[in-house]
Amino acid sequence: MNRVIPLQSAAAACDSQDRAILKERGQREVFCGLTGIIWLHRKIQDAFFLVVGSRTCAHLVQSAAGVMIFAEPRFATAIIDDHDLAGLADANEELDRVVDQLLTRRPDIKMLFLVGSCPSEVIKLDLSRAAERLSKTYTPRVRILNYSGSGIETTFTQGEDACLAALAKEIPRHAQDHPAQREVDLLIVGCLADVVEDQFSRIFNELGIESYAFFPPRRSGDIPCLGPNTRYLLVQPFLTETARVLDDMGAKRIPAPFPLGVEGTEGWFAAAAKAFGIDPNHVEKVIAPKRQRANLALERQRQVLNGRSIFFFPDSQLEIPLARFLHRELGMQLTEIGMPYIHRQHLAEELALLPAEVSLSEGQDVEKQLDRCRNYRPDMVVCGLGLANPLEAEGMTTKWSIELVFTPIQGFDQAADLAELFARPLVRRTKFAA
Amino acid sequence: MKLTLWTYEGPPHIGAMRIATAMEGVHYVLHAPQGDTYADLLFTMIERMNKRPPVTYTTFQARDLGGDTAELFKDAARSAYARFKPDLLMVGASCTAELIQDDPGGLAAALQLSVPVLPLELPAYQKKENWGAAETFYQMVRLLGKDYVLSPGEKRKPRPAGLPPSCNILGPTALGFRHRDDLVEIRKLLRQIGVRVNVVAPLGAKPEDISRLHEADFNVVLYPEVANSAAQWLSKNFGQPSTKTIPIGFNATRAFIEEVCTLAQIHCDIDELTKRSRARWYALSVDSTYLTNKRVFIFGDATHAIAAAKVASQEMGFQVVGLGTYSRELAREVREAASQYGIEALITDDYLEVEQRITELQPELILGSQMERHIAKRLKIPCAVISAPIHVQDFPARYSPQMGFEGANVLFDTWVHPLMMGLEEHLIGMFREDFEFHDGAAPSHLGHGHQRTPANEANVASEPTPVPEVAVANGAPVTESVWEPEAQKELNKIPFFVRGKAKRNTERFAIERGLSTISLETLYDAKAHFGR
Repeated sequence: MNRVIPLQSAAAACDSQDRAILKERGQREVFCGLTGIIWLHRKIQDAFFLVVGSRTCAHLVQSAAGVMIFAEPRFATAIIDDHDLAGLADANEELDRVVDQLLTRRPDIKMLFLVGSCPSEVIKLDLSRAAERLSKTYTPRVRILNYSGSGIETTFTQGEDACLAALAKEIPRHAQDHPAQREVDLLIVGCLADVVEDQFSRIFNELGIESYAFFPPRRSGDIPCLGPNTRYLLVQPFLTETARVLDDMGAKRIPAPFPLGVEGTEGWFAAAAKAFGIDPNHVEKVIAPKRQRANLALERQRQVLNGRSIFFFPDSQLEIPLARFLHRELGMQLTEIGMPYIHRQHLAEELALLPAEVSLSEGQDVEKQLDRCRNYRPDMVVCGLGLANPLEAEGMTTKWSIELVFTPIQGFDQAADLAELFARPLVRRTKFAA
Repeated sequence: MKLTLWTYEGPPHIGAMRIATAMEGVHYVLHAPQGDTYADLLFTMIERMNKRPPVTYTTFQARDLGGDTAELFKDAARSAYARFKPDLLMVGASCTAELIQDDPGGLAAALQLSVPVLPLELPAYQKKENWGAAETFYQMVRLLGKDYVLSPGEKRKPRPAGLPPSCNILGPTALGFRHRDDLVEIRKLLRQIGVRVNVVAPLGAKPEDISRLHEADFNVVLYPEVANSAAQWLSKNFGQPSTKTIPIGFNATRAFIEEVCTLAQIHCDIDELTKRSRARWYALSVDSTYLTNKRVFIFGDATHAIAAAKVASQEMGFQVVGLGTYSRELAREVREAASQYGIEALITDDYLEVEQRITELQPELILGSQMERHIAKRLKIPCAVISAPIHVQDFPARYSPQMGFEGANVLFDTWVHPLMMGLEEHLIGMFREDFEFHDGAAPSHLGHGHQRTPANEANVASEPTPVPEVAVANGAPVTESVWEPEAQKELNKIPFFVRGKAKRNTERFAIERGLSTISLETLYDAKAHFGR
C-alpha cells in the first residue's frame, strides 16, 4: 500500500549519534513532576496521591489542575509547617497522623502514593521508610508506595515516570507464586486514555498477541505478573526510570517509535509484532485498513499545516515524536525542538526519522530561547501556559503543550485529532484575519 | 503538618509577585527550583495578561545543592538586571530556597547594582499569599520613603492654599479580585468629589511613584489585606491619615464619600453623586420583596466578607446565617462583624470545614469564593462569587467593579440572578404539577446547563442527615424517624429548592421530640415551628 505522501527514508536522515544538541541551563519554564498527579489520579481510579510538601506544592497542583475541580479530588497535600521544621513536631509522627486522617476519611482508597516534593527532599524526610512503616499498619487494606515529584529532581512528565517506576517495583514475577495474577507476554507501559487502550487491545487481538496488559492498570489490584520472557513496549518517551526497573526485573524492551501519528503507530505495532514473530503479511493485513482510514482523516489537516514552520519549547517530553509526525506526515517545517532532556536510547528510532537540519536543544534558558524563537518567527510555537498568551500578544500563534498530555492523541484513529490540535490555532487566526 | 485538599491562598512569594507584576520598572529575582514557574500562568492564563510577570527564577536542581546555589543566584540576578534594566530589584526565596538559606538579600547587595534592591524575607512555612503581598508592599514603601520621613516632633506642612486636596489609592495589585475595575470606579468618585489622586500603588506605579507617596494629604486604603501595614507606616512617618471605610455597597460608598470629604476638609453634595445609582431603588422595588430574609452564608477574604454581610443584611434584606474568612490576619474584625448578626464567625482555611458549615446551615444563597461555588454546586444552592481565590471567571471582559455606586449595581445583579426570580418562585409553588414547572426544571433564565437529572435528584434525597441524639421517649433515645407514606407524599409537594431544608427540619423536629415516625401532622407541626 502506498502512503499518501512520500516519506524520506530513514537512511537519508542523519544518524542520531552525530547530532549536535544545544545544551542549556538557566530558568526553566516547565512544571515539576507533581503535575503528573492530575492525570495519574484519574487513571488509577482507586489510588490517592498525598504530596508531602509546602503550600506552594498545594497551590501548584491546584492551579495546574485547571484551577479547582468540583468533585473531591483523589490528591491532597500534607503541608509542612514551621513546627515540623523547627523539630517541635516529629515530621514522621505528623505524617502518620495525616495519613490516618486521610484514610479514615476515604475508606475507598486501595493505594496511597506518598509524593515527595522539593521541601521534603531538602529536609531529607525519608518517604520510602515512611511508606514501609505505614504499610505495616494498613496492609492489606491499603498499599502505600512513594515517589518523588520534586522540581529539583523531576520535570513535568517525569513525575509519571517516577510514579510508574514505584508501581513497577510492585509487579510480581512468576504466576505460580501469585495465582491471583495473570502472567503476561507483553506489558504496555505508560498512561493512555481508556478509549485508546480499548482500540489498542482490539489491534493486539487482531494481530494475534493475546497475553498482554496495560500498565498502570485502571485499578490498583489489577497489576499483572511478569513471566520469564515478558517484553514491554513504551507508549511514552519519558519513562526512563520505569524502563530501568523493568529491565532490572528481567523484562525486555521492544525498541520502537512512539505511537503518535500513522507512521509512529504503525512502527510501534510492527515492532511488537516482529518481537512475537508474527507474519509481516498478516500485520499488513491488519494495519492496512487502519492506515488508510487514518491517512484519509489526516488529509484535511495537511492542507492547513503543510509548509508551516513550528518551534517547540521544552515541556512534555513528547516534542521529538510530535515533531517527527508533524514534519513527515503533515509537511511542517521544523525550526528548533526543545526538550527538557533527551533519552537517546529510547528515542533512537525517532531521532533517525528527523531531518538533519533541525536544531535540537536540551534543558532551557528561557530568555535566550525566546530570543531564538522571535528570531525564527515561526508560524506556530508549542509552549507551556506561562508563555502562551504573552507570545500570542507578540503576534505568534501558539499551541499549549499541556493539552497534549491530557488528550487522547495516540493511535491510528487519533492521528487526525492530534493534527487538528495543531491546525486549530492557525484556522482560528485566519478567521480573525478575514 | 496539615492535610489540605484545596487552598484559599498561595504561598507568600506569590503575594510578592502580585506586587511586582502590578508595578512598572520592578523585577523580582526568586531563588526557586524548577516548577515554581507555574506561578507565571496565574497571571498569563487566569488574569490573561499579555506579558510575563517580571520574575526571574534561579531554577536550581538537586545536583546544585551540594555545589554553589549561591553563585547560581548571583548569576541569575546579574543577567536579569542586565536584560530587564529595572528601576528596582526585588530579591527573595520561595519555600525550598528558604530551607537552603542562601540569603538572596546579602548576595544581591554584594553585586553592587546601581538601583535599589529590596530583599524580602517571607516565611513560607508560616505565612500566606496576602501577608506576602502586604509585607512586600510595606517594605517597598519603607525603602523608597525613608529619606522623606518627618523628624520627631516635626509637623506635616499644611497644603498650600489654592491646591486641591490629594490622596494616594493603596492596595490594588495584579491578580486581585476586580481590583482593576474598582480602581476605575474609585478614581471617578474621587474626581467627582474634587480630590486629586497623587499616586495609585502598587497597580501601575513605578518605584519613583512610591517615593512620592508622602506628597499626598491622606491615603485611601481599598484592600486592607494588602495595604494596611504600609498605610500605618505612612501615617506614623508622614502624618497621613487613611480611610477606614471600604466602599462596597450603596451605604458604604456614601459613608466612604463622607469620610473622604472629612479627611480632605471639603464639602460635596452626596445626594447629587448618588442620584444615578440603581441598586437601592431596585432593592426597594416590589419585585424584590421575595428577597426578604433569604438565608445567606458568606465566606471570603475579610474585606469582601464583612462588606458583603453588610450589603446582604442592610441593602438586600437577606438574613446573614453564616459569616467567615480565611484571612486570619483580620479574624478579629470578622468576629466583630459576625456578632452584629448574632452568629459566630468561621475563621478557617480548611475548605472541608467551610463545606461542613454550609451543609449544616442549608442557606438559600452562598456568597463566597470559587471554592464555595463548587460546594454550592454540589449542594445545589445558588451562589455568587464575592472574593478571591482568583479564577479566570473573576476577570470578566466587561466592566464589573465591586466598589462604588456601579459596584453596588453589580452586586445587586450578581447576587440576585442565581436565585429563582420572584414570580417564578411563586408559580412553581402554585403549579408544581405543570409539565414545565416539574422538579427537574431549572430556573428558566439559567438555561439547559443547569438541568437536574434523576440521578443527582436521588442523591439529594439520600444525602445522609446529621442526626443529633437528643430526646428520650419511652426510655430509648430516638435517632431516626421514619416517614409515613402520606407525609412523604406531602413532602414531595414542596418545591424542590426548599424540600431538602423542609425534610431536614422535620426530621430534626421529630427526633428532638422523640417521634419515631413522621406523620402528615408532624410535617405541618415542624413547618409551624420553623416558619419565619
